[in-house]
Amino acid sequence: MIMTTEPTRTHAIDINALSRKEKTHDKVTETCLKVENLNLYYGENQALHGIDMEIPKKKVTAYIGPSGCGKSTLLRSINRMNDLIDSVRIEGKILLDGEDIYDKSINVAELRRRVGMVFQKPNPFPKSIYENVAYGLRIQGINDRRTLDEAVEKSLRNAALWDEVKDRLNDNALGISGGQQQRLVIARAIAIEPEVMLLDEPASALDPISTLKIEELINELKEKYTIVIVTHNMQQAARVSDYTAFMYMGELIEFGETTGLFTNPAKKQTEDYITGRYG
Amino acid sequence: MIKAWFKSGSPWVWLNAAAVSTSLILVLGLLVLIAVRGLGHFWPANIVEYHYKDRAGESIVVGEVVDTSLMSAEQAKEAGHEVLNDDEYLEQRLIKIGNRDLSGMDFRWIQTQYIQQQSYPDDLIAIERREWGNFYGRLFSVKENDRVIAEGDKAYEVAQQKIKKTLAVHDEIEHLQKHEVGAINYGLERLRLKQRSLELKGQWNNAAKTQFATQKAEYEKSYQALQQRLGALYQKIRRDSLVASYANGETVEIPLEKIVRLIRPNTMSVFDKTLEYVVTFINFVTDEPREANTEGGIFPAIFGTVMMVMLMAVIVTPFGVVAAVYLREYASQGFMTRVIRIAVNNLAGVPSIVYGVFGLGFFVYILGGNIDQLFYPEASPAPVFGTPGLMWASLTLALLTLPVVIVSTEEGLSRIPKSIREGSLALGATKAETLWRTVLPMASPAMMTGLILAVARAAGEVAPLMLVGVVKLAPTLPLDGNFPFLHLDRKFMHLGFHIYDVGFQSPNVEAARPLVYATSLLLVMVIIGLNMFAISIRNHLREKYRALEN
Repeated sequence: MIMTTEPTRTHAIDINALSRKEKTHDKVTETCLKVENLNLYYGENQALHGIDMEIPKKKVTAYIGPSGCGKSTLLRSINRMNDLIDSVRIEGKILLDGEDIYDKSINVAELRRRVGMVFQKPNPFPKSIYENVAYGLRIQGINDRRTLDEAVEKSLRNAALWDEVKDRLNDNALGISGGQQQRLVIARAIAIEPEVMLLDEPASALDPISTLKIEELINELKEKYTIVIVTHNMQQAARVSDYTAFMYMGELIEFGETTGLFTNPAKKQTEDYITGRYG
Repeated sequence: MIKAWFKSGSPWVWLNAAAVSTSLILVLGLLVLIAVRGLGHFWPANIVEYHYKDRAGESIVVGEVVDTSLMSAEQAKEAGHEVLNDDEYLEQRLIKIGNRDLSGMDFRWIQTQYIQQQSYPDDLIAIERREWGNFYGRLFSVKENDRVIAEGDKAYEVAQQKIKKTLAVHDEIEHLQKHEVGAINYGLERLRLKQRSLELKGQWNNAAKTQFATQKAEYEKSYQALQQRLGALYQKIRRDSLVASYANGETVEIPLEKIVRLIRPNTMSVFDKTLEYVVTFINFVTDEPREANTEGGIFPAIFGTVMMVMLMAVIVTPFGVVAAVYLREYASQGFMTRVIRIAVNNLAGVPSIVYGVFGLGFFVYILGGNIDQLFYPEASPAPVFGTPGLMWASLTLALLTLPVVIVSTEEGLSRIPKSIREGSLALGATKAETLWRTVLPMASPAMMTGLILAVARAAGEVAPLMLVGVVKLAPTLPLDGNFPFLHLDRKFMHLGFHIYDVGFQSPNVEAARPLVYATSLLLVMVIIGLNMFAISIRNHLREKYRALEN
């Protein structure tokens, strides 16, 4: 029996990568999403405890924390994906450009068009590559062939997938590799031009090369979109994000610029987590 | 040793293998039996001539050997037969002697011990007639207008040519009768109904009267013209006849219009017989039944079965799918939903005749009766939909198969991964859009599975149909050239019921037995065909919507 060595997680942070990011912080940041005293319950269990945070516009914000700490739940609250679970009850507010997304007047489908989401496992529809990307547009009633063609090409280019699939747009999307599928799903999400992109561990099911591509993609996408990413991998958080939120047991422990949080954490718990003492 | 063997699990493997092979052998055996018995019927058998001498005296028996059986000498004695030789067993043969017009029987048992001489003379002919069953005997001459035009050896060739021509004329007459005269009758009937409806509404004024009179006159005129054409054809077809003799030497004149085919099987090679076989089989599949369903083909029954099953599929699929979507996707999964689900499952176990009773009581009498009152007051007192018919039969069977479709669609819906639904919702699709664009297409193979099971069940169902629309002999198909083309109110024929009717209700059970097998074979083939069709659609869909399995 051959023992396969688990890829050892080094929690030492690449300081060079962090310092390279310094210059992006010079610009004045606007708030895109504001979470106000958010409590979330699964039936009797409280999963999120009074979360308050402001997510800046056109920046990458990463949620880190041990499994079950509520980072995915928080992410899914932002586009109301938690509505699908019957037992969920939510208190508090999430403001998107100053508007409470849990207000009764909000159209959930409309909200999800503004807040796109990419899931942990690639979930392309069993349709052609083209139809996958065009799906959101068709939902909006856009069926004009030329508009769709343009949107599909643009989205696939933005998702750095165009060159790989341009000759087989009509092939079934399930026939491409996992990494390609995940970029396809990202292309599908950006085809409807959302304001915010939620990425729920987008690279956790992928190999290192595909992961690298996704990370590069995230760097490019932040020019246009506000990005919130959940990740298990702290190096990834350090590499791609401008801001990082550390969550533990459903509470937001610390939130700040990535450089600061990783090099000089304010809280003991954060320091323990990023130095690998638990999690 | 033994213990280890038991522990290894191989006894169970053997047990399972044995069970599977037994089932397979049973199914195959059943199919082979039906196929052999059914298909053998169409083979042009040789005609045998026996010189036969029993206590009643000497005679000549001509016919086809259908069956042989053994009887022990003791039994024979008890039954009052004498035993000539000291054999332990007496062989007896069932001979199809035909010539029902002469003896009143098609079949006769003869005992081998009485046979003096057996031969297969070349000049023996078999004639398939439109009345009185088969004829076996010898051909003498062919007559045209009561004048002999061919005799002896030439007679056979001439007769064949004449029969071919006569058959063409016969087909023409049939076509005229059925389509053109049928259309006129249909038109006149509609005219009558329209007149009645106008009368009921009090709009039967002079303008309408003159309009109707002209229309009627037109129909009359074309009917007259048709009658003339038909008259000429009848004259033509009745002109010729042939003279033949029975086995006992008695001659008979058979009009050619009564003849379907004439063969001399004893002179035919295997190739000829094969050709003849194919033709006969095709005729069986495409012709209409004759002689109280014991002769001719079964086309109307095949047509009725397929038609009814397809209609049933068209009705049951949307109903079942909609019900399953509601139960699985929209209804809150509480106590009520569970009760409904159990009820649906139990519906599948209700005996089918109960559905028939329900169909008759609810669909035919209540629904159909009300439809008649509301929409067809002019037809009263004759019912239109208030009587068993194709629509009610399809509806009843749709009800019968609904649980199957609901259950398998629900299963299909529950198998669609959550991630796919979330992916669609995250793109701004509403629940309905997600269902319509992604979930339902992905669940379509499961729906087809339900439909396949439904079709398999419905096509073989007979009991409820006897109450809600199937008849022994339907004069017209439910689909024809007269507006509105598809006549849902008509009664129809069905293979399953045909089997029952031919096999157990016919005056000539012995003659009908091979037909029972042949019809069963066709029923099985129709069901297999329908299933294959549905399965190929399902495989296509499966390929298309291959779900995420990784």
